Amino acid sequence: MSHSLAYTNKDLLAILQDTKTIAMVGASPKWNRPSFFAMKYLQEKGYRVIPVNPGVAGKEILGETVYASLAEIPGKFEMVDIFRNSAAAGPITEEAIAVAKKKGIKVIWMQLDVINHEAACKAEAAGLTVVMNRCPKIEFGRLNAELSWGGFNSGIITAKRRRVRLT
Amino acid sequence: MKNNKTPGFETRMIHAGTQPEPVTGARQTPIFQNTSYVFHDADHAASLFNLQTFGFIYSRLTNPTVAALEERLASLEGGRGATCCASGHAAQILAFFAIMAPGDRFIASNRLYGGSITQFGKTFKKFDWQADFVDVDDPENVRRALTPRTKAIFVESLANPGGVVSDLEALSAIAREAEIPLIVDNTMATPYLCRPFEWGADLIVHSTTKFLSGNGTSLGGVVVDSGRFDWAKSGKFPGLAEPEPAYHGLSFYETFGDMAFTMQAHAVGLRDLGATMAPMNAFQTLLGCETLSLRMERHCENGRRIAEFLEGHAAVDWVSCAALPSSPYHGLAQKYLPAGAGSVFTFGVKGGYQAGVKVVESCELFSHLANIGDSRSLILHPASTTHRQLTEEQREAAGAGPAVVRLSVGLETVDDLIADLEQALAAAA
Repeated sequence: MSHSLAYTNKDLLAILQDTKTIAMVGASPKWNRPSFFAMKYLQEKGYRVIPVNPGVAGKEILGETVYASLAEIPGKFEMVDIFRNSAAAGPITEEAIAVAKKKGIKVIWMQLDVINHEAACKAEAAGLTVVMNRCPKIEFGRLNAELSWGGFNSGIITAKRRRVRLT
Repeated sequence: MKNNKTPGFETRMIHAGTQPEPVTGARQTPIFQNTSYVFHDADHAASLFNLQTFGFIYSRLTNPTVAALEERLASLEGGRGATCCASGHAAQILAFFAIMAPGDRFIASNRLYGGSITQFGKTFKKFDWQADFVDVDDPENVRRALTPRTKAIFVESLANPGGVVSDLEALSAIAREAEIPLIVDNTMATPYLCRPFEWGADLIVHSTTKFLSGNGTSLGGVVVDSGRFDWAKSGKFPGLAEPEPAYHGLSFYETFGDMAFTMQAHAVGLRDLGATMAPMNAFQTLLGCETLSLRMERHCENGRRIAEFLEGHAAVDWVSCAALPSSPYHGLAQKYLPAGAGSVFTFGVKGGYQAGVKVVESCELFSHLANIGDSRSLILHPASTTHRQLTEEQREAAGAGPAVVRLSVGLETVDDLIADLEQALAAAA
């Protein structure tokens, strides 16, 4: 069983547009850790990010209470963002599948270098959308032309004018 | 484009990095002649300074017009990201600054452009960086020169001025074995003729002043990162893989992964070395890129025609141009530069130093100046100019001996160029 790691820009954009709340498993309270960078960025873009980390459960990261597990999060969230290694992504995905209906989970997103085909196939069989080996921060930035500000190759070629929200 | 198929080279040379400006709809890229950028609030400023969000702080680090060119060049080379800077020389310092520490060494071809040999051999010593120059025609020479402190291998894909082509595939295999990056100066070939990442290179540098800008208007340089090198594995690159004290212990490689080099080159390299590209120069170079393929085709065609003319001329001793079947590099050129071997090459005039000088001074249409990659045809006597700082042995090794004349063939009517060289050779006879 394997899951294709090729995602279209259109599909990724749809996931990022449909998601409002993200449970981030492996969120770190240390400000110079990659997960902290991603959480802060996603908050700035309007997402609610709920940290999950048993080591610091009950404490706060960036104004949000940390929970020990997905099941303990009160309320709903559409995406589970896994900031753990590929092996750990297995049981986390199992837990997500178990509570998917109750919590409204639609997407399992595994971070860069996190790839677990077995877990991905189980999640897809359970009706969930899976993204692996990507970072939602980088994809949000890439698809909204912010990554380009740093001199990066976004791979996006278009003559369409992007709509900007003026506040 | 809706699907993820990579568009062709010509599409990318016009569109990559330059979506319509979203606020005004301006179709051509605006010149952001601007130093600094307003923060939303203190927290936004903190996020930017901590590198936690994308955005602009100060144009010494990043500027929207320069960023557009960076993305375009990254796209044309097939890289992850690019860092533009003030000149090709600045690009070389920026590339080495990220990977070298005092006492470190690197291996460089002994046939590099004379300005690079001087920078590496003399100025880099002040940073306690040691360049070991070897003849890379035999890749085993490179293997023999490796030391535990060797941090990179540096070559030109097509060397200036000698018509020398490097065996990138063989050299990248040695670099991979030694767990060090292969850095390729791709100035003379441009990404239209050669794409070193496809042959295993890890970093590419350019003087964008040359064919990329194309009209002799704008100085610039760039370092393009493939995003494929593992900066942590060997423990040899603490500047990229170890905690960075100036960013409160952040490790670029851990935090930014395949974007680490380009992040570091902006946030540390440009921040502290300060060799920033001007926005106006980025704009001019973006314009140059739009016609790169068309110009390179004609440069190569004119270059080949003139090389053939010179090879058949009685006053010419030899022609060193990889486009000619007589060149020892012709085979490598067919492999690495299948669309053409560029338009910069050298020839030897019978009669030595004086005859070389006389040919240069007798040209009417070829401009006597020290540049290459202009739409105009250029001529130079390297021994008395660009390669003057070198020793006689270094000049010989670099293909810039006393009788050598260098041409950068432009886009004029080729028969006019041939007529000009014909009368100049007659005057020198």
